Order: sequence, then C-alpha cells, then structure tokens
Amino acid sequence: MSDTHGSEQALEHPKHELSYYAKRIYAIRDLLLEKGVLDEKDIQCQIEYQEARSPANGAKLVARAWTDPAFKARLIADPKAACLEMGIDATSINEFVVLENTEKVRHMVVCTLCSCYPRPILGRPPDWYKSFNYRQRAVNDPRGVMHEFGLVLPDDVEVRVHDSTADIRYLVLPLRPKGTETLSQADLEKLVTRDSMIGVMDALPALPKA
Amino acid sequence: MGRAVNEASGRFRSGDRVRVRFEDRPGHIRTPWYVRGKSGWVERVYGDFHNPESLAYGGDGLPTRTLYLVAFNQADVFGAAEAPKDKVLVDIYEHWLDPAA
Repeated sequence: MSDTHGSEQALEHPKHELSYYAKRIYAIRDLLLEKGVLDEKDIQCQIEYQEARSPANGAKLVARAWTDPAFKARLIADPKAACLEMGIDATSINEFVVLENTEKVRHMVVCTLCSCYPRPILGRPPDWYKSFNYRQRAVNDPRGVMHEFGLVLPDDVEVRVHDSTADIRYLVLPLRPKGTETLSQADLEKLVTRDSMIGVMDALPALPKA
Repeated sequence: MGRAVNEASGRFRSGDRVRVRFEDRPGHIRTPWYVRGKSGWVERVYGDFHNPESLAYGGDGLPTRTLYLVAFNQADVFGAAEAPKDKVLVDIYEHWLDPAA
C-alpha cells in the first residue's frame, strides 16, 4: 500500500467480524485498488465528501426560507439554484422539488422501492428510512408513522405522502414554529430536524425563554 | 412546488384522470405494485426523462419517457383512508399510464 494521504489506517479492514455484505464490499474495494481503477486517495476523498453532506444543509435552506420570503419563492421555483446561492451543491440530483407544508397540508417522503433520498441536502438517510417497515407503512399508515414521531394531526389536515420512485428528490419545507419571530436564522436552524425535512414530524417548537 | 422540466411534454396534462397499467414483467420497474390497476389524476407534468427500465441494464434510456406526478386518494389505493383528504403521490412514467374516465 502506498503512503499517500495518511490513509493506510482508514483503508485497513476492521478487526471485528464482518457481515456478508461488508466482506463483499471490502473485496470489491481491494479489487478496484489492485486493478488501478481507484487509488486510496479517491476513496478517502469520496468518504470525506459523503460525510460533509448533512441535514445542516437542509436546515440552512429552511431557516432562510422562513425569514426571507423572496428566498422561499426562489427555493420553491428553482431549488437547485437556491442551493447554489447558499453554497450547497445539489447538482448531482436529477430533479429537486421542495414541498411546502402549511397548517392545512403536511407532506411526507418515502421511497417504497429502495431508499431514494436527497443526499446532497440531507446526507445519508437514517436506517429507519430504508427499513421495510417504514417503506410499507409510510404509504398506507402515514398518520400512524407520524404519531410515533410525536405528530398528531386533525382529520381536516391533508396528508400527502410522496413516493419518490423516479428521478425527483423531495425536500419538505416544514412549517415555521409559532413564537419564533424573534429568533435569528442561526437559532432557527437548530429547530429544523432531519426528520422534519422528511416530513414525519414538524420542526421543533421554540424553546421557552430562560 | 419546485420547478417542472417541461410541462408541455407528454400526452397527459394536469388534472387528467389516469389509470396505472396492471402489468407484471421482469426488469427494473419503478412503478410500485400498490398503485398498479389503480386510478388517480395527473397532479403535475415533470417532463421527459431517460427510461430507467433501459438505463438499469446499461441501455441508453431512449426514447425518453414523460414523467408525471400522479395523485391517488388513499382510500382508492388501500380501500380505506385514515382521514378523508389524505393522498399518496407517485412519480410514474407515461408508458405505465392509460387515460381513465
């Protein structure tokens, strides 16, 4: 192994017992290295890129949309351009659509076929998002799922579950919590959880004044 | 909602009633089982995309297929709805859709 980028340690096999799929992925990685398709640096860069994408990106978009109506309009009209404006690279998404929640409409996103997810905006999906349980229940029992995340909606609110089956990636724009009029954009970002941008719950309520 | 690629493409327009084809064949099918044979309406025309059924096997994805956002009443898909206005919305390519009354 070469000594580039101090990556020997990162590319060692873990010491604990590997699962079947882990063994397979390490074998594929070793073959790609051996055949010169990739080098250690490529792999390390990709890991760093994957790790750099996180729900903080989505929270930035949402908090700005809450405080800046013109930005919100741009985010809804052309989400990729709005991302670029905020220094977020969403170009790897084929098409990106923002779903705006209101008092009368809540959106929730699932991919029943696999685990399609707006990774540049939210990072890697949580394990539950990929589980059979969520993928099945999101479409036929969305209110049951929301309830488990602590959100109970009246019957006159419309729940719209988006099954992300094709080239479109969806981001939910949650409602701005009440009583947050005086909060800064940075403080608002803390209320925007990953799960509120998947739509299984609302944004966090404003913290009571100390 | 966000931007549509090309609202002028495809044979269906927003509001058109459509029925999802009930087909079963091998391949990389992006139409979920639970909506096959079910009726809904076009909520939005997303425009033309490469066909994933071809791309998945190393094909060129051509001819492109128009992709629609199709809305279904939850009760029409699952027999009962948790609340009357609830809907499930699925992205479906045109060759999986027929006009419905």
